[in-house]
Amino acid sequence: MDYLNYLRKDKMPHIWCDGCGHGIVLKSILRTVDKLGWDKNEIALISGIGCSSRTPGYVDFNTLHTTHGRALSFATGIKISKPKMHTIVVSGDGDATAIGGNHFIHAARRNMDINLIIFNNNIYGMTGGQCSPTTPTGKFASTSQFGNPDSPFDISRLAEAAGASFVARSTAYHFAKTDKYIEMAFRKKGFCVVEVLSPCPTAYGRRNKSTGKVGHEMLKDQKENSVPIERARKMKPEELKDKYITGVFIDRDVPDYFEHYNEVKKRAKLK
Amino acid sequence: MEKKADIAMNLEWCKSCEICVKFCPQKVYEMGKFYPKIIAPEACTGCKICENLCPDFVITITPLKEKKKLETA
Ligand SMILES: Cc1ncc(C[n+]2csc(CCOP(=O)(O)OP(=O)(O)O)c2C)c(N)n1
Ligand code: SF4
Ligand code: SF4
Ligand code: SF4
Repeated sequence: MDYLNYLRKDKMPHIWCDGCGHGIVLKSILRTVDKLGWDKNEIALISGIGCSSRTPGYVDFNTLHTTHGRALSFATGIKISKPKMHTIVVSGDGDATAIGGNHFIHAARRNMDINLIIFNNNIYGMTGGQCSPTTPTGKFASTSQFGNPDSPFDISRLAEAAGASFVARSTAYHFAKTDKYIEMAFRKKGFCVVEVLSPCPTAYGRRNKSTGKVGHEMLKDQKENSVPIERARKMKPEELKDKYITGVFIDRDVPDYFEHYNEVKKRAKLK
Repeated sequence: MEKKADIAMNLEWCKSCEICVKFCPQKVYEMGKFYPKIIAPEACTGCKICENLCPDFVITITPLKEKKKLETA
């Protein structure tokens, strides 16, 4: 495949730092769109604010770069008015689970037919490395120079509990897994979440020895410390410290929003 | 050794992160003063690991089998 068929070349090179994982995740999305043969005009790519949310600017689909944490609301509007549009949201961990946390759980609760790809770098990259809701306890950020006192969210488990049809987690290093999970999400109805762990050397790696400081060290850390979910289920919490649990968390056939909504339309005798 | 793939690099977009250098299993690249250099093109197997992991859309690997297909199509 030729990525240039999907990029706005006049906007390249992208702004992401050297070794940032976000470009690797974007490539997985483009490879999957290419594999499925989706028409560019039938795809809407929507984001909020953050480094990860810069993604739509580089891609030649129907794109919206909206307000912080609100991408899912805009995407819901698009999907309701154009149900055939392949609707993809890209979001950072801050965008999706801090300022946009409510939108995230309620889109999952309604099982809205949207694909959400979360670029989780465990930090607010764009604004200089403040703690996000996924910064692990004890890790360093510009707002936690002596270590983060908070407990993190597990995004995939949160999405699963809130009602999403499909939830999986991969890492930037495991690009083949990422492709596979994005394809499963794209093929499925309902709210489908793929969380991809994406190195942020500039705002996270630089401050945290355990992950490595630069992009290739952080990818190596993902390679060496990822644990498939089947194996993780048999491990103790202390054995899973600093490990990345990857795999499919849930893949269930439950009615999506539109199944219920169409019933309501029928009862109201609308077309 | 017979060449198995073509490697094209658009270095204008390269940010010198060295990911390609570190992850190519065949050690095809070496870091130059500013940018990665291709030092062993004949060792490339066409596995596309470097292409898939380059965050900056710099590398295009075309396995020669694929290339032949494209040319005859
Ligand atoms: C309403 C509002 N509040 C705060 C901000 C400042 N802000 C911009 S990006 C960002 C966080 C981005 O972090 P994340 O979503 O994790 O994405 P990343 O940059 O790490 O990819 C914040 C707090 C904003 N733009 N708008
Ligand atoms: S600050 Fe972090 S997330 Fe943002 S572009 Fe740089 S490396 Fe990527
Ligand atoms: S991985 Fe890409 S951006 Fe990084 S050094 Fe290699 S060619 Fe340049
Ligand atoms: S395709 Fe594989 S063998 Fe060839 S340069 Fe890239 S990583 Fe190395």
